[in-house]
Amino acid sequence: MSTADIVTETHHDESGKAREAFRTVTNDVAWIAEAPKPHKAWLAVLGIALVMLGIGVYSIYTVIMTGIGVWGNSNTVCWAWDITNFVWWIGIGHAGTLISAVLYLTRQGWRTSINRAAEAMTIFAVMAAGLFPLLHTGRPWFAWWMLPVPNDMGSLWPQFRSPLMWDVFAVSTYLTTSVLFWFMGLVPDLATFRDRNAAKGNHLKAMIYGLFALGWRGSARQWHRYERAYLILAGLATPLVFSVHSVVSFDFATSQLPGWHTTIFPPYFVAGAIFSGFAMVLTLLIPLRYLFNLQHIIKQEHIHAMCKIILATGMMVGLAYGTEFFMAWYSGNPFEKFAFVSRAFGPFWWAYFAMVSCNVLIPQFFWSKWVRNNNKLIWVLCIFVNIGMWFERFVIIATSLARSFLPSAWSYYTPTRYDVGVFVGTIGLFLTFFMLFFRYLPVVAISEVKGVMPEAHAGKGHH
Amino acid sequence: MSDHGAHGHDVEHDDVPAGEGKLFGLLAEYDTPGELVEAARKVRDAGYTDFDCYSPFPVHGIDEAMGIKRTILPLLIFGGGFTGLVGGIALQWYCNAYKWGWNISGKPTWSLPANIPIAFETTILISVLTAFFGMWALNKLPQVWHPFFRSERFGRVTDDAFLIGIESDDKRFDLEGTKKLLVDAGAIAVESCHKDPDLSKAVMPKWLLALIIASTAFALIPLAIAAKARNSKSSEPHYHIFPDMDFQPKFKSDQPNDLFADGRSNRGEIDGTIPRGSLNADDVFYRGLEGGDWTHGFPKAYPDGREFVIDDKLVKRGQNRFNIYCTPCHGYDGNGNGAVPQRVKLGGGLWAARNLVDPKADVIRMPNGQLFNTISNGYNTMMGYGAQIPQSDRWAIVIYVRALERAQNASLDDVPADQRTNMPGGTMGGGK
Repeated sequence: MSTADIVTETHHDESGKAREAFRTVTNDVAWIAEAPKPHKAWLAVLGIALVMLGIGVYSIYTVIMTGIGVWGNSNTVCWAWDITNFVWWIGIGHAGTLISAVLYLTRQGWRTSINRAAEAMTIFAVMAAGLFPLLHTGRPWFAWWMLPVPNDMGSLWPQFRSPLMWDVFAVSTYLTTSVLFWFMGLVPDLATFRDRNAAKGNHLKAMIYGLFALGWRGSARQWHRYERAYLILAGLATPLVFSVHSVVSFDFATSQLPGWHTTIFPPYFVAGAIFSGFAMVLTLLIPLRYLFNLQHIIKQEHIHAMCKIILATGMMVGLAYGTEFFMAWYSGNPFEKFAFVSRAFGPFWWAYFAMVSCNVLIPQFFWSKWVRNNNKLIWVLCIFVNIGMWFERFVIIATSLARSFLPSAWSYYTPTRYDVGVFVGTIGLFLTFFMLFFRYLPVVAISEVKGVMPEAHAGKGHH
Repeated sequence: MSDHGAHGHDVEHDDVPAGEGKLFGLLAEYDTPGELVEAARKVRDAGYTDFDCYSPFPVHGIDEAMGIKRTILPLLIFGGGFTGLVGGIALQWYCNAYKWGWNISGKPTWSLPANIPIAFETTILISVLTAFFGMWALNKLPQVWHPFFRSERFGRVTDDAFLIGIESDDKRFDLEGTKKLLVDAGAIAVESCHKDPDLSKAVMPKWLLALIIASTAFALIPLAIAAKARNSKSSEPHYHIFPDMDFQPKFKSDQPNDLFADGRSNRGEIDGTIPRGSLNADDVFYRGLEGGDWTHGFPKAYPDGREFVIDDKLVKRGQNRFNIYCTPCHGYDGNGNGAVPQRVKLGGGLWAARNLVDPKADVIRMPNGQLFNTISNGYNTMMGYGAQIPQSDRWAIVIYVRALERAQNASLDDVPADQRTNMPGGTMGGGK
């Protein structure tokens, strides 16, 4: 039944060339999921990730069953590693949305090579981030109290004017949107995996991929609505991504604490988020493109572009650090002035200088083309940027709380093993999911890459 | 997909080939995206409507060539976004301004700026949900099965194939004519596609059906347990997944206890004993009783031997305690119109606290001892304050209530002669 009734001869020399190019892209991406045995390096990273995840599960179990008193923040530094990690992870997630939505709207064709992996990174980062405020509530099994559910406790409704409630809505909307956007992009590629497995007779795999491919047929009428929805989702995700980190910064900015109570926070947080997110994309993709032979899809020029974004956002962040200090002096507010002097020269001076050197000085290397071609060096620099951005969140939180208005409230923060354990656990969670994603799902948006290839316009003007 | 019947068959016969079901349509493959667009235009120009193009990615210009009408999806999404905006604002208004207004430092219960972030997020959320689910619904997906999936060639659509499929239901469909049209439009291959002759394959496999039913039933179990719990009574304590501090290694007074012969945790006083410092011999001071009846006077002395002196200091002390413990219901002037009755009135209730100073009511005629006893043990709906207020302060309150009664019912004659000129307008503030 599936043989052709009629096969005509080729009618020009170029015949089949475009199809071959498309087929190559499919093969280059699909082999990762089809390889019978996983790569050794992949197994090693997954193993490490699972160990870290195990540490995290143990730490979270202790935190839940004993209480958050096992953390080191049971003094006036009451938002410590947990909120630092929350803001850090959320920020990392933002690069994924920026790549998938903002670069789509601005028609940056190069995004197609990295958007799938970056979106996956977003989802796993937001999942890791969400754990922290949940645990920080102390009794996470009452987290549903944050939802406006009719209840028998009088009229106990959430206080919607609290920035913490804004967080609940912003982060959950962000996670929902990221997951749906990512899944929608996956469907045509899952259909590719379905059809490849079906052709090879792997019926079980074909059925599993097929279940999630929803019966996608790649029909022009389907593509028409699909592209509309994709464009509009990108248009919706763009303001959303800016709103999410702005709302996260409101947690701080709407409080009265010197060092937190500033209007610069929303743009400053968003710039930092993009900065750290791109660094994380490069941290993940530079090794993986080597391991899985994706150099001709994730090209060196794409890495160049990301380095330049890191350089630009790194300088925005540097400008924000300077502006903060200027405003502390210019405002004439003695508490504000004191907060910033103690931020740089107080008990956490080491964290402040780690932050400035990692976030402002390190990115300056990316001015050099030689550095932008040296992937090993880029990878190391990106690790430093990740560390620097973690310190930025820590500096904002810990230095402000450790030196607030009253000297009687001054204290110092030291993490306990459970602070470290939960953080290590979220890194393990993130890496575990990312490794599984890389092994079993289409890691590059196959259909989108095909759509921006020169061959996508082949045959126009024949006949 | 299935490989039975994967042998060639003669297309010259119009009747259904052996081992095949009813004809579903024709599939034609084209070499490049550009040729697909040109062919689609020709098929449309020939008047076909039940046809579609299949490609690994959205081909530029195909919508116009096929004459696809713009989707109404953006309109739906706008509707979704509008719903999200209105819903988000309405939700916050209902919860925080209408159903339970929060009084925070006297700020208004409804202030739009603080409600914008959540309204923004709900707008985005409902728009996104509409875009996602609306797109699949309009595309009639998920659809697990389609007759074209039986073609091996169709399996390459998600890889490198550019196909046109014309369904046999189309008014203009005619096997030979349509085939010729597709070939003339530049097809590199044309094949006919049949439905599966095995009708049993058109229905869902039994094991899959069983799996769906079983998992649905399984998913209903928690709901069933919740429904049962809501509609039945149990003497067992709640099931505690997270124990919090609900269970502590101690005995509560109403719990059984096998350490003692009577099985009680609550240990009463031993017969014939009085705890140290609990003799409370002075009937007047401790109970307001004098000779078995309510006293009209006051205690003579405190238990520690000090003399009970009614002076300015004691009245001030009484006022201070009265303002803390009594004013929420009885009000600062004792007329029973405190904050609690006012709140009850706002909610449409009828309850008011007893007026302590009304000359026609009975509180004013109560003996001091009875007043003391009422403060100690309560009266009607009023609870006793004996646990919170020590006896000496209760007596101070009694004295202050007496002072209030006098002040609230005073006339000009009660004011010392040299102070009368200081009265506003020469009359009393709240008296008669």
